Amino acid sequence: MRLRRSMMFIPGDSAGMLSNSYIYRPDSVMFDLEDAVSLAEKDTARLLVFNTLKANLYGGIETVVRINGVETPFWEDDLDMAVRGGVEVIRLPKTESVADVKEIENRIENIEKSCGRPIGDTKIMAAIESACGVVNAVSIASCTPRMIAIALAGFDYLVDMQTSRSSGSEPELFYARAAVLHAARAAKIDAFDVAYGNVNDEEGFLREVAIAKNLGFNGKSLIHPRQIELLHKAYAPTTGEVDHARKVIQAAKDAEEKNLGVVSLDGKMIDPPVIHEAQRVILLSDHS
Amino acid sequence: MSYNQQCTAEYASRNNLPEFEGVFAKSPQLASPSTKRHRKLFPSLEEAIRTSGLRDGSTVSFHHAFREGDKVLMHVIKTLSDLGFKNLTIAPSSLLNCHDGLVEYIRSGVIAKIFTSGLRGELGEAVSKGLMDVPVQVHSHGGRVHLIQTGEISIDVAFLGVASSDEFGNANGSHGELSCGSLGYAKVDAAHARYVIAMAQELVDFPNYPASLSQDQVDAVVTVDEVGDPSLISVGAARLTKNPRDLLLARIAASVIEHSGSFKTGFSMQTGSGGAATATTIFLGEKMVEKNIKASFALGGVTGPIVDLLNKGMIGAIADVQSFDVTAAQSLRENAAHCEISANEYANSSSKGAYVDRVDVVLLSALEVDIDFNVNVLTGSDGVLRGASGGHCDVAAAANLTVIVTPLLRSRMPCVVEHVNTVVTPGSTVDVVVTDHGIAVNPNNQALEKRLRDAKLPVLSIEELKDLAISRAGKPEPIAYTDKIVAVVRYRDGSVMDVVRQVAR
Repeated sequence: MRLRRSMMFIPGDSAGMLSNSYIYRPDSVMFDLEDAVSLAEKDTARLLVFNTLKANLYGGIETVVRINGVETPFWEDDLDMAVRGGVEVIRLPKTESVADVKEIENRIENIEKSCGRPIGDTKIMAAIESACGVVNAVSIASCTPRMIAIALAGFDYLVDMQTSRSSGSEPELFYARAAVLHAARAAKIDAFDVAYGNVNDEEGFLREVAIAKNLGFNGKSLIHPRQIELLHKAYAPTTGEVDHARKVIQAAKDAEEKNLGVVSLDGKMIDPPVIHEAQRVILLSDHS
Repeated sequence: MSYNQQCTAEYASRNNLPEFEGVFAKSPQLASPSTKRHRKLFPSLEEAIRTSGLRDGSTVSFHHAFREGDKVLMHVIKTLSDLGFKNLTIAPSSLLNCHDGLVEYIRSGVIAKIFTSGLRGELGEAVSKGLMDVPVQVHSHGGRVHLIQTGEISIDVAFLGVASSDEFGNANGSHGELSCGSLGYAKVDAAHARYVIAMAQELVDFPNYPASLSQDQVDAVVTVDEVGDPSLISVGAARLTKNPRDLLLARIAASVIEHSGSFKTGFSMQTGSGGAATATTIFLGEKMVEKNIKASFALGGVTGPIVDLLNKGMIGAIADVQSFDVTAAQSLRENAAHCEISANEYANSSSKGAYVDRVDVVLLSALEVDIDFNVNVLTGSDGVLRGASGGHCDVAAAANLTVIVTPLLRSRMPCVVEHVNTVVTPGSTVDVVVTDHGIAVNPNNQALEKRLRDAKLPVLSIEELKDLAISRAGKPEPIAYTDKIVAVVRYRDGSVMDVVRQVAR
């Protein structure tokens, strides 16, 4: 089980941020070669990210590279650099269909073969940024064992939907959130909620975190280090939840030692999903 | 003459005592109702200076309570220059970027020597490049008082900016439209200078209380157009940060204090200014409220977050030598538990009792720390003077727990190094160094290291931190210096701690 609460974006052309952002300890870090990098800096960013990956600065933090879209002339070089650099996850922007994923999956496999990485070692995360992507989310999420998560990207999606962000309960994102989340859960993979753009609005950020957490998202894409601790605190289980989780795990351990097929706590039967959830609560507690 | 009068005259003569010559013979200023009451009020600074007896080669002093908003020092120096004075020694409690204009007065010979706690900006750069023939003497806040009391700094005329004064010289920094708060440094000058000029923003009715500077210390009062800009007091220092690295440092520093063994009801603290320090105060305050741990007093340069804790009842009292923001200045004015103290009371090692002696926990910043825990707060990685000694070595020496907070790297320059460029605070007085990449505990304090490791804080050795910095940034080229000494670092007891040499062009 791996925590994916926080995925922090780092512009691939920012040497300063690439060289020290690990100090903020997000669960995942996403080196961006796409929207955050101007056309003139694409080559610079690719080289900087490659050297960052090779320097192995981000020990214990999942590394993700957002490549440029398959409609651009950059994505193949991006992919080549990232896979050879040893990145854990490729984030594919603007994913609209299984065909998009298959195209990069094939390319990744070729690179893995040529550079000696085990086939399948490089994972994929699909970013859903359009109505088409949302509608196809179920097939996208389950089209390859490399797929470890899908992420909803709100800005482009809302443009595509001919609407814009509101405050409060954000009804304009409800369907997409629910659809993407269901696709992820059906495929047994993780789901990231949208990034929150106003870094100085902690109240708004936490309001949106609460929506994502209550819906069941594993976490959010983040655009500023200050958002990491806020997010981790919001996702931290309460003392009562941790105490209960410990009791569940102890009950499961006791049942296993006694070779009992059924786990019970305080006279109530405990199903495997409850035990799994208890393990997740303990993991969250340990990393809060 | 009566026989008794003869005896009186003979006795006085025999014992070399003055004979009574009339009520006003020795105090003619009391003879007229006008001079008796209004004699100290001068229509202009020039007239007050002429009356002061100031000469070429004299020593003049200033305080820096308005920090970057100070308007007094440059105004006075220009006036002294216009009056033709040369070869002066200036002894401000510190110098900031707003004093860059001093360079031209050094070049023109108005100023020949400087005592200060710090210097920065164009002045620091020019001095580092060899502007002055006589090295600048850099002292700590406590050390300045020591040098004044021992006579090394012999102040002829003190020019002390105040928010308000009455015509008799009862003055303060806390009451008035342009308030700077505490006059902790100025109080020392007022007590020791041969002639004291209060430069007041507002002239108020007698008696003006509280009298931080008292009528029995002040010789002259002049009004000024603008004593200072309070909005600039906190520039570059006491601001609340949004910098994520400072916030990270602050969270680690607050955790270090929480688990240090010193965090218990009745403890005392000084947390200073700067982004990380101010944030640490806030995070530490949250822990104090959460665990209901109350501090007996907070010391030092005082910021808004410290005032908040006082108002919440989490701190018993504030001893304020310098108010770092408008909130602190307002609190000093309104809250009886927020007290003004002099620099002598604050940090002088040779005073009869300094507040620093009773501090449990102090949080201090650094430009560089070395593997012997020595701290440089004065010279940058290029060897140029761009900082201040301040109260750093004073409170580090006295506190039970001295925590130094610094990023591991600043713009690709390592801040944890083998040898600091300039030693201001000796490593033996430092307990723990907090960086954004981990913390190092002085091997002299094994009990503290165990506590912090038990709390699962990221403890490394100081050598590991130094190596980590080099692995990220590479090993910087050594700074090229000449043999000329441009500044001398004086420890709080007046001894020579280190020298700063001229950077090679």
